Amino acid sequence: MTSTQHDMAVAIIVSLLLIVGSVFCLLAALGVLRFPDLYTRMHAASKAGTIGSSLLLLAAGVHALDATILIRALAGFCFFVLTAPISAHLLAKAAHQAGYRLTNLSVTDQLPRDRHSSGR
Amino acid sequence: MTFIIANLCLTLVWAAVTGSFSPHNLVLGFAVGALSLALVRERLVAAFPAVRLLKLLLLTVVFFRELWLSAFKVAVVAVRRDMQLRPGIFAYPLALTRDFEITLLANMITLTPGTLSVDVSDDRKTLYVHALDCRDPAAERRGISTGFERLIREAFPL
Repeated sequence: MTSTQHDMAVAIIVSLLLIVGSVFCLLAALGVLRFPDLYTRMHAASKAGTIGSSLLLLAAGVHALDATILIRALAGFCFFVLTAPISAHLLAKAAHQAGYRLTNLSVTDQLPRDRHSSGR
Repeated sequence: MTFIIANLCLTLVWAAVTGSFSPHNLVLGFAVGALSLALVRERLVAAFPAVRLLKLLLLTVVFFRELWLSAFKVAVVAVRRDMQLRPGIFAYPLALTRDFEITLLANMITLTPGTLSVDVSDDRKTLYVHALDCRDPAAERRGISTGFERLIREAFPL
């Protein structure tokens, strides 16, 4: 493969990653806007947000064509995957403890609400 | 022994994040790692759990496939005019007992389609999971217990 073809291939991969990543970020933001309550919003923020930002990081790593930068991008990706669920979990837990109601559409809530007022 | 292995892992992470594998940087990473581990020494476990590497690899592959599917699914729901949400929180009886297994399961549940872990009961026997579509909690429970929970138990045999 000549170097122009090589550049072209990298450019196409990077553009695809960028486009798909930003579409996911956009849809995550739209989800945060449109979902009815905090719990459902966290679904959008934690999943689509993670994938979106990870793809953007990966695009940056591939674009640099440099192993150390790619490794750093991958480290950032791991960090996202490890921390996004924890923040979602903490926000949902804090909201529930503070008495924030689930949306009216909800069908069930099996988490006892007064569990935290006693003990601990 | 645990300390040294954990420290070596931290050194590698340090080298990856700072982007240099030169001997000087590795030594610095080892020192920073030792310092961070010293801060949390009371919480370090005595021994690493047994791991089946192939099963762990399978777990990772399944996880990333599910993560991709879940991002796709939630993105589709976000643009639909009628979102058809029936959310709810259901209780999931945990079969896993060790803390790191429960943490792993809770994190994986959060990043998989339609579910988000909210809380663990104080006795660590129940996980409370929020689902976008909670019409059939029994099916969700079955999905978790035959999916991730089984894979985690197989990857980390007691």
